[in-house]
Formats: sequence, C-alpha cells, structure tokens
Amino acid sequence: MTVAAVVSAASVPAASVSAAAADSIPAPHIEYGVLSPLFVVFGAAVLGVLVEAFAPRAARWAVQVGLTVLGLVGAFVAVVLVASSDDWKGARAVVAEGAVTVDGPTLFLQGTILLLAFVAVLLLAERRLDPGPSGAFAAQASTVPGSPGEREATRAGAAQTEVFPLTLFAVGGMLLFPAANDLLVAFVALEVLSLPLYLLCGLARRRRLLSQEAAMKYFLLGAFSSAFFLYGIALLYGYAGSIRLSEIADAATQAQGSDVLLLSGVGLVTVGLLFKAGAAPFHAWTPDVYQGAPTAVTAFMAACTKVAAFGALLRIYYVAFGGLKWEWRPLMWGVAILTMLVGAVISLTQQDVKRMLAYSSIAHAGFVLVGVLAADDAGLRGVLFYLLAYGFATIGAFAVVTMVRDPAGEATHLSQWAGLGRRSPLVAGAFAIFLLSFAGIPLTSGFMSKYAVFSAALDGGASPVVVVAVLASVVAAFFYVRVIVLMFFSEPAADGPTVAVPSILTTVALALGVTVTLVLGVIPQPVLDLAGDAAAFVR
Amino acid sequence: MDWVPIAWLGGIAFGFAVFSVVAGALTGPRRYNRAKLQAYECGIEPTPQPVGGGRFPVKYYLTAMLFIVFDIEIVFLYPWAVAFDSLGLFGLIEMVLFIATVFVAFAYVWRRGGLEWD
Repeated sequence: MTVAAVVSAASVPAASVSAAAADSIPAPHIEYGVLSPLFVVFGAAVLGVLVEAFAPRAARWAVQVGLTVLGLVGAFVAVVLVASSDDWKGARAVVAEGAVTVDGPTLFLQGTILLLAFVAVLLLAERRLDPGPSGAFAAQASTVPGSPGEREATRAGAAQTEVFPLTLFAVGGMLLFPAANDLLVAFVALEVLSLPLYLLCGLARRRRLLSQEAAMKYFLLGAFSSAFFLYGIALLYGYAGSIRLSEIADAATQAQGSDVLLLSGVGLVTVGLLFKAGAAPFHAWTPDVYQGAPTAVTAFMAACTKVAAFGALLRIYYVAFGGLKWEWRPLMWGVAILTMLVGAVISLTQQDVKRMLAYSSIAHAGFVLVGVLAADDAGLRGVLFYLLAYGFATIGAFAVVTMVRDPAGEATHLSQWAGLGRRSPLVAGAFAIFLLSFAGIPLTSGFMSKYAVFSAALDGGASPVVVVAVLASVVAAFFYVRVIVLMFFSEPAADGPTVAVPSILTTVALALGVTVTLVLGVIPQPVLDLAGDAAAFVR
Repeated sequence: MDWVPIAWLGGIAFGFAVFSVVAGALTGPRRYNRAKLQAYECGIEPTPQPVGGGRFPVKYYLTAMLFIVFDIEIVFLYPWAVAFDSLGLFGLIEMVLFIATVFVAFAYVWRRGGLEWD
C-alpha cells in the first residue's frame, strides 16, 4: 500500500464529517433555575477574581468579604427557592442532560454546605485576633518564610485577599460533588473543590513552614487519591459502558461482564472518596493538614469538605452500587470499625488541640460511615442530620482555637489550655459544649446525630458495627471529658495564653455554633423531619 | 481490515524517527561546545543545586502555565470553529462565556504583574 492510499483512506471520515456538518446539532437542555445555586457561587468567585485585578488595594478586603457573603447567601436563597418549587421531585430532578441530579439529598447537602461555608467565611474574615492587613493569612504566600521579601511585603501592607475567591471556588465544587450524576462530573467537582483547598492550606501567616508542609502533603496525597478515583472510573466505564450512575447500577444488576472489573472499579473509586472523607486507612493526611493549615481554613475543610465527600459517597454508593450492597458492606464494615477505633484511640495521645480535633474528625467520619452502612433511607436521614450537626460543632470548636492565644499566635498545646475555664468561663464553656457534642452527650446535637445513625444501622442489620461504634464513643468521650476537666479543674499556668477578644465576625460564628449545637440537641425534630423528607435519591 | 492504513502510517512514522536518529548519528559532525551541554529550552540549569534545594525563578513556570491555558483554549476553539454552523447560537453563547472566563484569568495575571518579566 502506498502513501497515497493511506491519505485517501484517511480522507473518508473527513468527508463524512463535512456531510454531517450540514444538519445542526441540537443544543443541550440546561435547567438554569435548578442549577442556580452553582451559578451564583461560581459567578461570585469569578467576580472575586476581577475584584482582585481591578479594585484598589485598600478596598479589596471589604469588597471581597461582602461579595463572598453575598454569594453564599444568594446561593442559599436559591437552594431554598428550588426546594420550595416542585422541580426536584421525580424524573425532573435529573438535569443538564443527565449530568447532575438535583433531588432531596442534593438540596439538603447544598444548603448545609452553604450554611457551614457562611460561618467559616466569618472566621476567614477575622482580622482583629491577628492584627494585620490580611488577618491570619500570609501577606504574600509566594515569599520564603522569614525572608527579607516577606518582611517587605508585610511592611508594604500586602494582603492575600485571594482567600475569598478560592473559598468560593471550593464551595462551588462542593455543591456540585454530591449532585454529580455521572462519575466524570464527580471527578471534575472533586478537583474543583480540592485545588483551592490545597492552596488555602499553605497561606498561614504564622508557622509558615508547617503550613506549607501541610499544603504540600495534602496536594501530593490528594493528587494520588484523585488518580485512584479516576482509574476506578475508567474500570467502571469498561464494565458498564457508561459513566452514568444509574447505568452502572443497571449493568451491575444484570451482572454482564467481568466481576473483577466491576469490583476493582468500586474499590478504586472508594479509595478516592474515603480519602476526601478522611476515613482510615486513608486518614493519614488529616492530622498534619488540620494542624498546619490556618485554623479558619481547617474549620472550613473539616466541616464543608466532609459534607461534600460524604454526600458524593452516599450518592455513588446508594445509586450506582446499590445492587452490590452485599459485596461492599463487609468492606465498609471494616473501614468504619477501623476508622472509629483509629480516630478514638489515637486522639487519646494527642497533645495539640488541632491534632486532637483532627483525630476526632476521623472518628466522626467512622460514625458517619455507620450510617452509610444502613444503606436505606433511614441511614441517609441520619447521615444528613449528622453532617449538619457535626459541621456546626466543629467550626465552633476551631473558632475557639483561634481565640486562645499567646504572643506567638494560637496556643494549641493542650497543657496551655489548663485552667482556661477560670480565666474565661464563657469561651471555655462554649468549647466544653462542642466537646460534649462530639462525645454524644444528651441535650447536644451530637447525641441526636449518633442516635439517628446508630439506630438506622441497627435496623439495617449492622449490629456488630454499632457495638464497636458505641465503644469507640465511650473511648472518645473519656478524652473529651479529660480536656474539660483540664480546662475547668486545674490551676492556670502563670504565663499561660489569654483569650483574645475577637471582632463581631468570630463572635457570631461561635454563637451560631453554640446555638445550633444546643438547639439541635433539644429540639432536633424539625431538622430530622427536613432530612427525612429529603432522604431519597432520585436515580 | 480498516486499521491497516493506520498501522502503515504508524510504521512509516516509526521508521522515519529511527532513520533520522541513526542517520544523524552516523553522518553528522561532532563539535561540542558549552552551549550544546546546556538544558534545551528548559529554563533552568538542572545541576548543580545547593544543599537543601536551590531557589529558581518562577517566571518561566508562570509563562508556561499561561501558554497551557492558551493552548487549552485553542483545543476547545478549534472543534467549535469547525462545527460552528451546526452548533448555532447556543454554541456561540457558550464559547463567548468560556472565552470571557479565561479572559478574567488573564486580566488577573496582567494586573497582578504576572506578565512582567523583571
């Protein structure tokens, strides 16, 4: 065969393409109204980048904070409007040509993420605790810590207001992640939420090296887990011939094709999801990143990322792998038990408040997984409630961490917290309420959320896991109570840290955390009902 | 047997590459100088680095990243231009939105000094 033959053979498809170009390709049908929360958040983020480019330096901070709060509130209003219309019920929930599902769980999770992000942004915008042009954030993140360049940037009053657009981009990804109806959209959402978070972790003004180390670790491990997720998608596509969740479920039910392909795909996708959720054995990044990142960013990550990751985990597991319940449940049993034990037992030995809260978040990931194990609507309801309650408590706890300071910045060593209750009973009291909620003591939101997931798992036939969960709760409770005893019943050190007086922003965040924690503990029924109404995935 | 021409094309490409490398090595003159030992279009000297990792200028990477953004933009623009008629108004609006969003990023880079070499 000659080169001419090759060329003529290659020109055949080109000719057919030009023939097809004559008739028009139908435009995709996009339901802009139902997707409006996403558009509002991403629009505000793009506007934020423009503000960075064109607003005068002096006005940037105020404009960015205003824009971010406006974007989050606007998106929350949009979520409420969508939820009060009927557009998300039944078949109409699958929108944007099947790429996204806006159903009950989606709306509940999106509302939760937006509320938590609003509270976290209040912490991000705090400038009184750490006086400087950009609060707790580095004046210029690209400069080497301790270098003349950094001092120069600080003197010149440079401010890192990119924090706010980055947060908005991350929130946008988080809104999309639990709504994704096919695995590629889920992957894109995962990256959109992860990349800004990697950056945000490295922006701390104090303890810059620790912060940069956290960002590096998070980035490397996160990129690694994304690769697992992507490879899992490829295997599942190979099995089902589709990346749509419902079509993967259909293919799995008909059991055509190789089980090896299906199960290894499920396993790899699970690795990616469990990494973001911070469940053992993929939890190793959590303590380092939570400790190194600026505390406000840690609060944002601990609350919102967890909601988004578990939302996506729930949708992918319930919708795509629902028919494989008997295959994945033993695995998830193991993961849940391991996560709870690792989180509860290792938190016992922690000497740093932020690391302690990180291990606590690992233990809570295990408790949420107990709800996932139920694999029915009751479990889903429990998990939705749990994520909301835990999110508010954890942001509140990190808000307290930002306020306990010595001249070097935040005083995070636990021994420094001794006697805090005598110096400022109010702040220590708030922290005690959050710890009691983490421990699952009645009259706090933690009790109701644990009760909801554990009872659902019991009904779902996962009683051994529930036994371990209760034991792990007891172990963790011991530690939380020890911290409370340390704060209230030991002598304060002479040169101990003081509780700084924050601006109205942190005060409001803390007050919201305490209020929600107590209200959800005393009268949880309205929110439980809301979660119950929402708790059914549309396929 | 539809793929036979592709195999032929692959074979020709491989053969051309092997021929070029071998012919160059056999026939070309060898006159080394300092410039030939430097990194080829790769920005920085890879070695030697001071202990603990030296610092290197980040400007090159910024430019490279901007180039990639432009590149991706073209990747999307090209098929759209080919199928412009059949995509209609929807395609036009989507493309304008896409380019506007990319433009926002460039406006940011420009205003924050990312395009200044020194």
